Amino acid sequence: MVEEEIINKMVVLNSTYTLPSDIVIKIYESKADVTVKETCFGLIIRGTISEVNMAVKEIRNMDPMRIFVKERGVPPGDSYRCRAGRGGGAKPGFHMHEVENKLLPYITGALEEIEKGIPYERPVKSHDITIERLKEIINEEAAQAK
Amino acid sequence: MVKVFIYPSNSLILSDLVDRFGHEPLAVMHEIGKKIKTAGLDSPPINITPEDPKKGLKYAAVEVPSGVRGRMSLLGPLLEEAQAAIIVNGPDISFGCMGCARTNELITFLIKAKNIPTLDLEYPRTEEAAKDFVHQIHEFLAGLDNIKTSTSDQTSGDE
Repeated sequence: MVEEEIINKMVVLNSTYTLPSDIVIKIYESKADVTVKETCFGLIIRGTISEVNMAVKEIRNMDPMRIFVKERGVPPGDSYRCRAGRGGGAKPGFHMHEVENKLLPYITGALEEIEKGIPYERPVKSHDITIERLKEIINEEAAQAK
Repeated sequence: MVKVFIYPSNSLILSDLVDRFGHEPLAVMHEIGKKIKTAGLDSPPINITPEDPKKGLKYAAVEVPSGVRGRMSLLGPLLEEAQAAIIVNGPDISFGCMGCARTNELITFLIKAKNIPTLDLEYPRTEEAAKDFVHQIHEFLAGLDNIKTSTSDQTSGDE
């Protein structure tokens, strides 16, 4: 029998309704054979692909527009990556997480629009200034300066 | 389900959106995970070993800095698998593992050379831009359902 690959997934919460502890309880209820670590941003789940994906599917249903998931290379509490063992400093991946976290409320808003089927009209982008218009502006300014 | 290469490759938003809309994101985290899981002499597990720049020779010439070749050893295999790509230009987070400008250029070039469906976007900085960003990705991914699953590999060889 071929052994299933072990993966880690990072669950990031952007919700005022759901807490990491709620999700952990949901995973315990589901009896999925996974390791879970509760963190400040959400949680990290580790287990076989099928078990992790099943757990993630259940989690997403709790608050689909405010729960974000991505794969993670290192296991939860990995001693080589954990700040406790590295003498402090930002953990690898923190900066990316910090930048993207600010955008998550906007992403949630857009996902809700898609879910509700609200038609979307792409904003018309303003075109760059043409060389003719630039010449006009220069001439106008030059005339005023005289 | 289509395999979608995302760039920046460690993006939570891109990875989540691709997965959410029913496709498979090809992200660097999976490649890092393989290195950590595979038992070897390099212990503690490090992301890039001296062997990796040699593997990167498939994508970049020997005079190209080893940093580029090392990164390509992780991203190259993902590119070969890719059937579609989402590239976000000008992200703030072009540092760390995504911080090599020459690798970023090479990746963009290889994606274009592969001739697969590609979505080029700018990183959103406002609410309106973020909405546009998500809607464009949604439309692009919805259109991928008809793509043939056997995309021929045009990445390697010509460079």
